[in-house]
Amino acid sequence: MTTVTKEPGLLTTSPSPEGLWALAWRQLRRNRVAMICLAILCVYTATWVYAEGVYWTAKIRGTVPDYKISHYEIRNLAPNAGHPLGTNFAGRDNLKQLIQGTRIAFEIGLLTSVIVIPLGFVLGALAGYFGGKLDGIIVYLFSVVASVPDILLIMSIAYVTRAAVERSVAMQSVTRYIDAGLLAICIGMGFTGWVGLCRIIRGEYLKHRERQYVLAARALGANHGAIMFRHILPNVSHLVIINFSLRFPGLILTEVVLSYLGIGIANEPSWGTIINDAKQRLWLGNWWELAGATLAIFFLVLALNLFGDALRDALDPKLRIAEAKTA
Amino acid sequence: MVAYIIRRLLSVIPITIGVILITFFVFRVVGGNPAYRIAGKNATPARIAQISHERGYDKPLFVNFHEFPRHVFDAQFPQLVWHLVRFDFGQSIVTKERVSTMLREGAGPSLCVTTPLFLIELFLGVGLALLAAYYRNTWIDRGLVLLSVMGMSISSLVYIMLAQYWLASVWRLFPVWGFESPCYLILPVLVGVIAGVGGELRFYRTVMLDEMYQDYVRTARAKGVSSRTILFRHVLRNALIPILTNVIIAIPFLYTGALLLENFFGIPGLGRLTVMALFNFDDDVVFATTFIGSILFVLFNALTDIAYTWADPRIRLK
Repeated sequence: MTTVTKEPGLLTTSPSPEGLWALAWRQLRRNRVAMICLAILCVYTATWVYAEGVYWTAKIRGTVPDYKISHYEIRNLAPNAGHPLGTNFAGRDNLKQLIQGTRIAFEIGLLTSVIVIPLGFVLGALAGYFGGKLDGIIVYLFSVVASVPDILLIMSIAYVTRAAVERSVAMQSVTRYIDAGLLAICIGMGFTGWVGLCRIIRGEYLKHRERQYVLAARALGANHGAIMFRHILPNVSHLVIINFSLRFPGLILTEVVLSYLGIGIANEPSWGTIINDAKQRLWLGNWWELAGATLAIFFLVLALNLFGDALRDALDPKLRIAEAKTA
Repeated sequence: MVAYIIRRLLSVIPITIGVILITFFVFRVVGGNPAYRIAGKNATPARIAQISHERGYDKPLFVNFHEFPRHVFDAQFPQLVWHLVRFDFGQSIVTKERVSTMLREGAGPSLCVTTPLFLIELFLGVGLALLAAYYRNTWIDRGLVLLSVMGMSISSLVYIMLAQYWLASVWRLFPVWGFESPCYLILPVLVGVIAGVGGELRFYRTVMLDEMYQDYVRTARAKGVSSRTILFRHVLRNALIPILTNVIIAIPFLYTGALLLENFFGIPGLGRLTVMALFNFDDDVVFATTFIGSILFVLFNALTDIAYTWADPRIRLK
């Protein structure tokens, strides 16, 4: 019986997941704004990889990385040939600091997603697929989390976990590689951010569990796990990517706020700490430090926002139909 | 209908208990005994034991089996719930003031900032969204959307710094910091509107455009109704539901205050109170603000559902 689904004739009549991605890519390529944004994102990704290289080289060699060494004789320099964005209060090159800030921003995006995606996806899938009591419990769970003002919950979790992480001996093996403050805000943002993804995935699973291909799989004797994760998952996985690209900018901006409030990263130059430091120099007339950090955030967040929107339009066929109607 | 409203309002109770449980879990279970934080780094064990005993931190977390069965609920969590539901918020560790007094005093300044901010943002957002929807797919629409996305991509912290530096310090148009007269409010409200209006515009524009492609709009156009009348008489009225949701959901946050703005502009409101309490481990204050914030949120959420029936008679609640 299972061989029926593998017949080539059936495959060609139903759109395969590759078809969706290829179609989406073709539509994205036509969108000039999206392509420019993608190019910007590639530049940032390359910067991130470079920054990781600098960071890990120093870490493995056991030396102090270049961007952390103070040169008090050249502090608060204006932009010049050697330092395109000037130097900060400790004579460190502002551009190098911003490059490391890119690393921190990407690390925040990834680390938070390590919590958000499994938690949001699995809970959403379970709730939507099984329904009933389990659904009730999961809906209750995310209603509770959504009822606490976001920033307050992030701050509380980050503040308390940071203290807990620094106290515990077991976590020292982790904090040797990941900054404790970074870990704390990622935990804070992770345990508040899964609600949005969970809602979307739950809705999709509610819809998909009634679809014919799911009924067919069930009739063929597939177990619940296989239906949820082998049959339905490929049909909803694009939502995870859209959700990520639209959530990422929010994480970057939240990090800035948290760092200002003193909950963020302490020992590494994140964009939040750079802006926070630049505040004092603004009053001395050193505007370039703030401008550099602001622009670094601006282009990444703008590109992510616009690209995320374009991606959603390209990957969500429902919206495509809605757009077609307008013509 | 009445049964629905009652049931909807009753659902506030489990959610609120859940919220208290989360806050409790974060501050007492993950955070450990608060006495250590209150006493500071160089505290003696005797001092910690004294604080723990005074504030009840030495009791079991959830159920007291030592006193079974007479004082089973003489534990931290049941006591906390019992105090909060009676609106007995306890005393601040730092200022020794009653928390309820602090909340009452903070509510005024918070509302002074958030109410004008909320109203201006709402009318500006809906107005600009109508403009964008009316001129959809022209350069006016695209320009507005691009501007709002660009505005959303700048950290609100930068807006605050630039406003404080240029408008208040260099040009001396407004006072930089404090809360003494109405003109201290102009700058925070202005910054809040600039930082927030982009998101509002985008949201309301999507709402309007969703309505724009409904069948009734096509019918209206077919019978010769002008675009302007369609927009204001038909689309705006139907877009009321999502607008209403957005508005009602935002109301509880008027009370919790604008966290960043209050901190930066020195407004002694609830947002600032909460942040200070968090840093001072003043957990009675944190529990109280979280409790009130979330109970308002859940209540207004229920109100939105009820308001739907008023805005759209097609929706029947079961």
